[in-house]
Amino acid sequence: MFIDEIYKVEAPYREPMVVKGYRFGKGDKAACILGPMRGNEIQQLYICSQMVRVLKELEGNGCISAGKEVLVVPVVNSYAMNVGKRFWGVEGVDINRRFPGNSYGETAARIAGGVFEKIKDYSYGIQLASFYMTGEFVPHIRMMETGYQNASLANLFGLPYVVIRKPKPIDTKTLNYNWQDEMTAAFSLYTNKNSEVDEASANQAVAAVLRFLTRMGIIRYESHSGYISHVIMEDDLTNIHVTSGGIFRGLVRAGEDVRYGHKMAEIIDPYEGGVKETIVAPTDGIVFFTHTEDLITENDMAYRLIHRLHA
Amino acid sequence: MTEEIFSIEMPVGERLIIRKNRIKGEGTGEKRLAVVTGIHGDEFEGQYICYEIARRLHENPELLDGTVDIYPALNPLGMDIADRNIPKLNMDLNRMFPGKENGTTMERAAAAIIGDLAGADLCLDVHASDIFVKEIPQVRVSEEFAEKLLPYARLLNTDIVWMNATATVHESTLAHSMNMLGVPTLVVEMGVGTRIDRGYGKQVIDGIFNLMKELGMWRGEVPKTQFPVISTDGEVEFIRSHTTGVFLPAIEHNHYVKKGSRLGSVVSPLEGKVLEEIIAEKSGLVFTLREYPFVYEGALLARILMEVDKN
Ligand SMILES: [Zn+2]
Repeated sequence: MFIDEIYKVEAPYREPMVVKGYRFGKGDKAACILGPMRGNEIQQLYICSQMVRVLKELEGNGCISAGKEVLVVPVVNSYAMNVGKRFWGVEGVDINRRFPGNSYGETAARIAGGVFEKIKDYSYGIQLASFYMTGEFVPHIRMMETGYQNASLANLFGLPYVVIRKPKPIDTKTLNYNWQDEMTAAFSLYTNKNSEVDEASANQAVAAVLRFLTRMGIIRYESHSGYISHVIMEDDLTNIHVTSGGIFRGLVRAGEDVRYGHKMAEIIDPYEGGVKETIVAPTDGIVFFTHTEDLITENDMAYRLIHRLHA
Repeated sequence: MTEEIFSIEMPVGERLIIRKNRIKGEGTGEKRLAVVTGIHGDEFEGQYICYEIARRLHENPELLDGTVDIYPALNPLGMDIADRNIPKLNMDLNRMFPGKENGTTMERAAAAIIGDLAGADLCLDVHASDIFVKEIPQVRVSEEFAEKLLPYARLLNTDIVWMNATATVHESTLAHSMNMLGVPTLVVEMGVGTRIDRGYGKQVIDGIFNLMKELGMWRGEVPKTQFPVISTDGEVEFIRSHTTGVFLPAIEHNHYVKKGSRLGSVVSPLEGKVLEEIIAEKSGLVFTLREYPFVYEGALLARILMEVDKN
């Protein structure tokens, strides 16, 4: 294992922020695994740290394939993490909206550019990512529909779902989009949590990445076969919006099966305590995303369902 | 007459309301001008402009021929706490247009704003700068719509019209969405975040009445206005910090500098040392100057409009 300095930022009153890369094996730039660009992505940090731990062990046992190199960047935005902010600096910039970066631009663009320079030549790029809205997901691989995306490769992670998203203008600045633009097969891996560690789901994510690396011949590792992934288009998800604001009492979890008419949540009147709205499933399906905050605003998305087709 | 153009229920005993004031003249004219501001909650320059336009129109309704719609706060929660973005969601409203009628709360808000502005003959989107840099009054126009917008932009009594500035080119901005809909929309920017410069405000207000006169909407007197310098990106020199420290400007905003003159320094308060002297590499007008003292490497310190001589 080698530890590289990927990028360094100086601050007047803090130790420099050094983005570190942990390099395993030697040879073709096979796979890069990248962690938090947002300060609340603690689960993603934990997953990357566990990847480093396992890969170190595998390397010690001679299980990194000859001629293959794997790079893990456990965290990019450690500065935000240490001060409890989600985005970069006093400007509050989302580094994941600054790719491919610019070495003559503003600080966040320089960070994105400096990191991208070091990770863009890998064949496979795996980002441990979070959604802009807070909430819980069914673990899945997300890809941008760029024309270069390869859903059958995404199936090799063995997670239950692969979601394809049609990029909006704002997505063209993300790492995933720019990786694909550089011909790296890019995958964003989402687990259920962001700002707290969920050990079981983190282990599932580590297992999925190891399974992928094994199936691509990059490492040798005994992994069980995982799920056969369903590929879904994000636009095909059924979004359930609430029609009033109040205290949100969620009754189903991500991954649960619901039937048409099933009671999914209640909105409680924040003054009088009674139920002011009941949310029921508009279709049979599997809960893909749930709102998790205890407060909810009118029109907010409480759930996203994967519509289930009957055989 | 004030109207609600969007309203939704927040979690605890409050509605989020976006309002406009429709001022109809006594003439029979059908023209409609929309003045919007407050997309970014840390920008207050537009508050004075809205107030002063409404005041003058109420004072002389007989001189108005047509309708002026004033929208002082498109991001009302952001304005309330001087948050540039949408509070809690932490997203830039000016990256959410044209919105979505059946989307999340703020996507619906964006769609409602667009729906309400549609059909106007002209729209002015008034911004201040952010809290980091101070700007002289300027109109920003993307090259795509320049031919249509320049004749209007010239009338607004600003110092410059900047063509193809990247921020306004963004496809998810209000201005882009409105221009795509065929409503000529100009982005006006001046001053600095969280402050009002009434001198700049008066200058632009005179320009707005000048524009209304040209549109045939205003029968009153208009003070003599100036013609702006029209500039493209190639004529703008960006000056960024190469070090990290505290920026102390050596010049005044909105002044001409000669090549080789000192613009300021970046210093270390801990060591009492100058870390970097900032020198102008081109002669021209300093139309952007940093206000916020703390800088990282890459921070924007100044922008110079080149080849503009003092006359
Ligand atoms: Zn603004």
